[in-house]
Amino acid sequence: MGDFVRIALALAAKDLRVEFRTRSTLLAAGIFAALVLVVFNFSRDPTAVPDAVIGPTALWVAVAFAAVVALNRGFTLERAHGAMDALRLAPAPRGALFLGKMGANLVFVLLVEGIAAPLAVLFFDLPLATAGWGLPLLLLLASVGLVAVGTLLSAMAVRTRFAELMLPVLLLPFLVPPLTAAAGASVRLFGGRPLSEVVGWLRFLAVYDLVFVTLGLLLFSAVIDE
Amino acid sequence: MPSSDAPLLEARGIARRYGRAAVLAGVDLTLGAGECLLVVGPNGTGKSTLLRILAGLARPDAGTVTLDGRPVAESRGRLGYLAHDTFLYDDLTVAENLTFAMRLQGCEVAGALDAVLARAELLSHRDRLVRHLSRGLAQRTALARALLHSPALVLLDEPYTGLDAASSTALTAFLLELRGAGVGVILVGHRPEEGWDAVTRVAVLARGGWVLEGSRPATVPEFEARAREVLVG
Repeated sequence: MGDFVRIALALAAKDLRVEFRTRSTLLAAGIFAALVLVVFNFSRDPTAVPDAVIGPTALWVAVAFAAVVALNRGFTLERAHGAMDALRLAPAPRGALFLGKMGANLVFVLLVEGIAAPLAVLFFDLPLATAGWGLPLLLLLASVGLVAVGTLLSAMAVRTRFAELMLPVLLLPFLVPPLTAAAGASVRLFGGRPLSEVVGWLRFLAVYDLVFVTLGLLLFSAVIDE
Repeated sequence: MPSSDAPLLEARGIARRYGRAAVLAGVDLTLGAGECLLVVGPNGTGKSTLLRILAGLARPDAGTVTLDGRPVAESRGRLGYLAHDTFLYDDLTVAENLTFAMRLQGCEVAGALDAVLARAELLSHRDRLVRHLSRGLAQRTALARALLHSPALVLLDEPYTGLDAASSTALTAFLLELRGAGVGVILVGHRPEEGWDAVTRVAVLARGGWVLEGSRPATVPEFEARAREVLVG
């Protein structure tokens, strides 16, 4: 177990070190998320759809696209100079490699949310105090699910010829459940609904996370090894 | 079929096709501890493919590969592999790349990193980003990466590429050290004179299999003459 965690941490730390040194993908994803929110902000009709509905929806659209950018980056990094082969040659448990990649992707997505969420609150005048502690929990649960399934699928997609195209195509059906839950729950949270109305969504996300993290740990070997 | 009395590595009936082309058609290979096999052959004859299969990175269409009697997939960590790609991250330093590799291999980093850097004569370059290294220095770093976990079997695909004369001499000396320590080495190259002093057996791969194999001839010209005969014939 010690080696498992050490390897996962080493892999996540390596990915994050590369990203923070270049900041290229973080900036691109952050700018993209901000652009999505700006477009939603200027195109909305507040008389037709309340801000408390369009704001959270726009936030999750921005997060979804930013997550795809992050996930593409994760394994593109390994494709350069054949580093993926180096990971495959290592006597490391494949679950540890999955966890390491997932961990780095999760930090990345949470950082993008750290950029996007305040912008959403600002543009759409969302009542942050009303959402309470349910919002950070929701952000975390939804992000874990996005990243878990995305890490597994991006490992598959990176071995194809059109990896950058394949990942969104593979990922989209799997993103619908967590995004639907996240958007639905956050609309209710910002709408001042009681926490009891969103507990069901939170439970759904927790189960989704458990399923896909487990699948990732079990299936990563089949995905990356020939 | 290259053979040895006490096989460290044993490959039987290795076959691999790319589309309709049979690149490898039933290749057998055994390598003993302390042996160094030089594999040469024309471009496109499957030398790199063979190495990838021996490393467990590619699955053959037929055949098996074992390292000390166990399937190679269960022997990760006991082999070192240097490919055409360097396996290095451009935006990490030399030291960071090697540290990461050591952690992946389960090696102790503290105290050992400097020894790895010193052995590869990379101490003065430890804090340079890989993207700023010359081809030769990147190759030395990649080689250090392949060998830092003291593997039992080393697979080297054109390791002399980009190395200057001093580094080439140092590499050959290191291969001799490895052989002395009982490490098996398979060296793929285009120029037999590179690493010749460390080689114990030679083989030419062409037309899907071995067209020439045996103990190392006395001189490079003798080997090249025999290789030309079999390749042209």
